[in-house]
Amino acid sequence: MKTELKFRAKFLERKRAFTDGAATFLAVLSTVLVVAPLVAIFAYLVYKGASSLNLDFFTQIPKPVGESGGGMANAIAGSAILLAVGSLIGVPIGIAGGIFLAEFGRGTKLANAVRFTADVLNGVPSIVMGIAVYSLIVVPQGHFSAFSGGVALGIMMIPTVCRTTEEMLLMVPNAVREAALALGVPNWRSVLAITVKTASPGIITGCMLAFARVAGETAPLIFTAFGNVDWSGKLNEPIAALPLQIYVYAISPYDEWHRLAWGGALVLIVLIVLAVSLVRYVTSRGVLKGAS
Amino acid sequence: MTRIRFQQSLDELKNQLLVMAGLTEQAIQRAVEAYRARDLSICDLVSHSEIAINRLERDIDQAALDLLAMEQPMASDLRFILSVIKINADLERVGDVAKNISERVRGMEQMAVVDLPVDIPRMADLASEMVRKSLQSFIEEDAEVARTVLTMDKAVDAMNRAAYKALTKLMAEQSYLAPQALNALMIARALERVADHATNIAEDVIFWVQGTDVRHEKKMKTTPDPHAME
Amino acid sequence: MGVGIDVINLNAWYGANHTLQDVNLKIPANHATALIGPSGCGKSTFVRCINRMHETNPIARVTGKVLIGDLDIYADAKPVEIRRRVGMVFQRPNPFPTMSIYDNVAAGLKLNGFNNRQALDEIVERSLKNSALWDEVKDDLRKKSGASLSGGQQQRLCIARALAVDPEVLLMDEPASALDPVSTSKIEDLIFQLKSQYTIVIVTHNMQQAARVAEKTGFFLNGRMVEFDSTQKIFTNPSDKRTEDYITGRFG
Repeated sequence: MKTELKFRAKFLERKRAFTDGAATFLAVLSTVLVVAPLVAIFAYLVYKGASSLNLDFFTQIPKPVGESGGGMANAIAGSAILLAVGSLIGVPIGIAGGIFLAEFGRGTKLANAVRFTADVLNGVPSIVMGIAVYSLIVVPQGHFSAFSGGVALGIMMIPTVCRTTEEMLLMVPNAVREAALALGVPNWRSVLAITVKTASPGIITGCMLAFARVAGETAPLIFTAFGNVDWSGKLNEPIAALPLQIYVYAISPYDEWHRLAWGGALVLIVLIVLAVSLVRYVTSRGVLKGAS
Repeated sequence: MTRIRFQQSLDELKNQLLVMAGLTEQAIQRAVEAYRARDLSICDLVSHSEIAINRLERDIDQAALDLLAMEQPMASDLRFILSVIKINADLERVGDVAKNISERVRGMEQMAVVDLPVDIPRMADLASEMVRKSLQSFIEEDAEVARTVLTMDKAVDAMNRAAYKALTKLMAEQSYLAPQALNALMIARALERVADHATNIAEDVIFWVQGTDVRHEKKMKTTPDPHAME
Repeated sequence: MGVGIDVINLNAWYGANHTLQDVNLKIPANHATALIGPSGCGKSTFVRCINRMHETNPIARVTGKVLIGDLDIYADAKPVEIRRRVGMVFQRPNPFPTMSIYDNVAAGLKLNGFNNRQALDEIVERSLKNSALWDEVKDDLRKKSGASLSGGQQQRLCIARALAVDPEVLLMDEPASALDPVSTSKIEDLIFQLKSQYTIVIVTHNMQQAARVAEKTGFFLNGRMVEFDSTQKIFTNPSDKRTEDYITGRFG
């Protein structure tokens, strides 16, 4: 009887150890499977694109077909401008919407409508967005422009920023709101100075998510920014954008342009990562600095 | 019902006090019987029960202290425990008195039996009745019964004063009877103290049951308080 | 200095739930008054009616009168004004997590537009001294965040924050229930000292605490105020059997 129990105990022990090991293995495997494509893409881009990267790439505009050399400096600058315009539109509207949903409109029909609209907007295909902005801005204006491109990107940023802001604000414990109200602080001030401030790390993350998403969008820019082989200065002129340029070069028949496209893709990914990291760094220092 | 264990502890405390009360009542009655019958064997019984009474006094005080510390009693529970502690002390004194009476009886062993102008047995009955009634008021939580004990005290006081007068007169006139008279006087005084203790017990019961402190009431009403502000 | 609070026929609802029924009582100035009662009896709701926090809940409703001093706080004043005169300390310490200790204490003033740096320094110091926290934090006022303190310290920080706006009344909703015995004692000593300057209302589950700090105690049951008397009387010889049952712990 005793030996039977001993045997059973040992068997269970081994079974447990095996299950534990199997689960750990699966977890590690899943992580690898998730990270692997990212690493693979990045590695391939480096392999294919690193050779195209030289000083010219970052300082020169594209050369006419047939000539070698040139760069994508205007596309990089153009992307930056478009993203700036887009953020100026998308971030304030998104945050304001999120604040409304979380702090002032909770449970109201209007809030439900806003949330629904944001979700639908989120699902609109980017090409449709481009066509919409084309009809609404480009056609009446009569020309392509950086402004319309920025608007398209901005509108695409709104749902992400809005929903993340709402979620982050809802995560602020009610105790903090009550503490502010109990001090005789008016509600609007409490929302801005306390609740939003407390949720700001999360809100900023939401903005960065939206930023990273639209940074690589190509379709909405086809009918709005349109692209430009030269530098563009004004917002009501067509402007080059990195993803757009990559697309145009990639589907072209010229090897030289393919080479530049690889380089552009690599640069695009690296710039996005850098931008996100920079924002993180600056704001993580800033939040504590603001506490005095 | 909540706090069942606490309620059980309170009931136990009450029972312990009643055991002590029983022993004390019995001690007084035995002491007086020893006086009446001049029976020294009864004196021995009184001495033995004294040991049990003293041990019980310590146990009850300890139990009460523990309840105060551990259970944070409030309102009527608090008043109850406080009364138990005080009644405990009064009962122990009554036990001491019983012992003193029986010592007196031993001391009178060699003396002749004489008739004295004091009815010790009647005083003893009254005093015992007061103790019995005060304990009854405790068991039944009845403040009215307790109040009757307070009125009985006057009679015992009067009997004690009369005994003093009669016995001192006797000692002056027939000095050879002084030993017996003196003993009788001391026993009368002892019984008067028993009555006082019974009164205290009754006052403690009233405090527990009704929350009012009725001690020294008459005196306080007529004597001005030197510390009171005008 | 504190003012007295006069509550007249106060009724309160959460939606259809009639949480407070016909509450009448006078809370004396410059005393500590304790409110005791079982969970859900309405004592927290009552206290939140005094600084008009009850109505921050959209389904909440109040009828009746509450007079703080001479002011009818529902008819003649706005919630924001009232809350500046009536401070509140909550059950769980809730310092503002993104702010330093200094900013936490000054929050009530800064967020209402008061920015005189020197005056703020004085007020912060005085408030922290009044809440017995000054010595422990005076060197870290701007360096440490409010949330980095221990539980007992955080609660004292919240008290300092409430005191900084110089209210007349201080409401405390179970201020020590989340704290250890030593912190609790410190808070109780504090209440004792603050009594002379403010009118304090303290909701507590802990009857020994009520007995230790308050001159008057009110017993709430099922939304009604059953008995309101001196603390000494309530705890040695209450008039109402329901009060007696509650404080001796006998239910059913």
